[in-house]
Amino acid sequence: MTAKRRSPYPYWFVLPAAVVFTVLFLVPTIASFWFSMTRWDLFQTEFIGWDNYRQFFKEPFLVQGLTNTLIYAVVTSGAKTILGLLLAVLLTSGILWQGFLRSVVFFPVLVSTIGVGITFAALMHPTKGAINIALSYVGIDGPSWLSDPTLALYSVAFIDIWKGVGLATLIYIAGLAAISPEYYEAARIDGATRSQQFWRVTVPLVQPATVTVVTLSLIGGLRSFDIIWATTKGGPGFASDVLASVIYKQYQAGFYGLATAGNVILFLLIAIIILPLTWWFNKREVDL
Amino acid sequence: MKLIPSAALLSAFIVASGMAQAETTLSVLIDNNPETIAAFDALTAAYTAANPDVTFDIEQRAGGAEGDNLVKTRLATGEMADVFAYNSGSLFQALNPSETLADLSDIQGNVIDSFKPVVTSPDGVVRGIPFGAAMGGGIYYNRNIYAELGLSVPKTWAEFMANNEKIKAAGKVAVAQTYGDTWTSQLFVLADFYNVQSAVPNFAADYTANAIKYATTPAAVQGFQNLEDVFKGGYLNEDFGVAKFDEGMRMVALGEAAHYPMLTFGIGTVKQNYPDNVNDIGFFAQPGTDAAKNGLTVWMPMAAYVPATSPNLDEAKKFLSFVASVEGCNTMIGAIGATGPYLIEGCELPTDVPASVADMLPYFQTEGMTAPALEFLSPIKGPALEQITVEVGSGIRPAAEAAALYDQDVEKQAKQLGLPNW
Repeated sequence: MTAKRRSPYPYWFVLPAAVVFTVLFLVPTIASFWFSMTRWDLFQTEFIGWDNYRQFFKEPFLVQGLTNTLIYAVVTSGAKTILGLLLAVLLTSGILWQGFLRSVVFFPVLVSTIGVGITFAALMHPTKGAINIALSYVGIDGPSWLSDPTLALYSVAFIDIWKGVGLATLIYIAGLAAISPEYYEAARIDGATRSQQFWRVTVPLVQPATVTVVTLSLIGGLRSFDIIWATTKGGPGFASDVLASVIYKQYQAGFYGLATAGNVILFLLIAIIILPLTWWFNKREVDL
Repeated sequence: MKLIPSAALLSAFIVASGMAQAETTLSVLIDNNPETIAAFDALTAAYTAANPDVTFDIEQRAGGAEGDNLVKTRLATGEMADVFAYNSGSLFQALNPSETLADLSDIQGNVIDSFKPVVTSPDGVVRGIPFGAAMGGGIYYNRNIYAELGLSVPKTWAEFMANNEKIKAAGKVAVAQTYGDTWTSQLFVLADFYNVQSAVPNFAADYTANAIKYATTPAAVQGFQNLEDVFKGGYLNEDFGVAKFDEGMRMVALGEAAHYPMLTFGIGTVKQNYPDNVNDIGFFAQPGTDAAKNGLTVWMPMAAYVPATSPNLDEAKKFLSFVASVEGCNTMIGAIGATGPYLIEGCELPTDVPASVADMLPYFQTEGMTAPALEFLSPIKGPALEQITVEVGSGIRPAAEAAALYDQDVEKQAKQLGLPNW
């Protein structure tokens, strides 16, 4: 890149955007750093230094919440990426009712998360839920999906994947459409099989879409809250607590300073994970 | 926001027509318990009948931690309704009452003295009036199952567990638990406080002063142990992890389960949903180790409050002085009956109370047979108790470890309240 060129536009052109950005994003972000160092009851603040951070890391449920957050993010992001790509390949292959099936896959994305949560909580009821009733017909005694401590987090992750895979598929369909058919033609002439075409042509060339899907779903998974709150509220006990639900419970209890400290930690955690990831992806893209 | 233009229009109309009378609409925020709703509907209807210029706009909220959050946030942002109903005791203390709530000490004429401390802010001002009846925390039982199996009301925890064993042997669910509503999981711990206090009389004061802990007091750990015992015994309903409070009351009312640990306000739900089964339910205090020291842990009623920011302060106080009157008390009894003693001087209970209430009243009539729950003696209540008790009651965490975890949880609340010694 050559030396920076002076913009032909005057600086005050950025003023409207800068004001909006400052008022709505910059000020609250800085304010949250301040409030995270106070004991705050919404009326008065008392500066207590790093005490909230100490308390937050002492939080017995935090370690489990952190582990759960990472498991949840990796599981949902991984599944959405893989399923999204497979579905996109299927739905661009010209199968029967392709348009209809695309909308079917995308439909759950449009439904309210809380609605989805309540619906699945009913479907996953241990004795009256449709899933276990269906299982009982084939002789399986279904578990308590959302109230078994070993299963709850994965049940919620499953719901999240069901709801979110449509968006990943959509991004991949766009990514696949951008691959020129000539590559496949050339591969076929060289005698590549369908699976070789998939691994050697589709996967590398759809990389920009993969970057988008992984980044978006990973961020989404790390800060996931609504679907968990609508189904298990982090329970049973703390078994499906993630960072966001731990933080929310501190707000509920009126520990506003402590909860804000938790949010700052969540912010840093996401930055630490996502920044190197995007840097690495972007580097690979250039190498290609 | 929509209200503003129409209110402006209305006042313009009043001025134009030269009416002297001012119309007031009091906004009200109550929890969504059917009994609370029925009681408030009756109270507001009676009040509007006597004062046609005052109407009400009633809004409902969730209970439990969700409700706590809503009440705190609305108070803090100055958007609280003119009148709202909320817990007394430690949860009231967490509202920062000295600043957020209006002084109600001039409408306490009929309020029984024992109630006033639980709605008094740290600066010594009474800021609430009782709303509803005092409650007992204990165990509902199905009288038909008890009669059928020839069981008698247990006076010790060991007898209770023996009953559970017989009920289980008869192929029935012995104890209903409803961890789908997490707050219901706390009962075995909270309702054990009479027993804690009879073993360690100074527990509440020492606990507030950080001189005694749950984990190191065997009598206090017992509540958690009870939860663990009923789980390990295999006495619970199959869907205990997701069932809700309403279902718990249904199970004990219809005989689907023999016991349900709950506060005595639960009978109101049965009255609404299963009126034919109201008298199939009996009640006993949570038994401890000693049959001679059997007594009841008592919850003060909820209270009604006015936020300090209410623009209709005077009207709201007039309404609440009606709620705290004998007439208001009788209106409530007419609407929802009596689930326990009302804390209004001169307000007598009707004679035809449900069986479970009749079971509870003798505790109140004997000196020393009741003790207030810990949350009315100490401002500290850890916010994660309901998750911890779900863990113990689902076999995830052993009782002793849970008690220690709760001690840690409590520390946060004490620090937030700025108590000395923490």
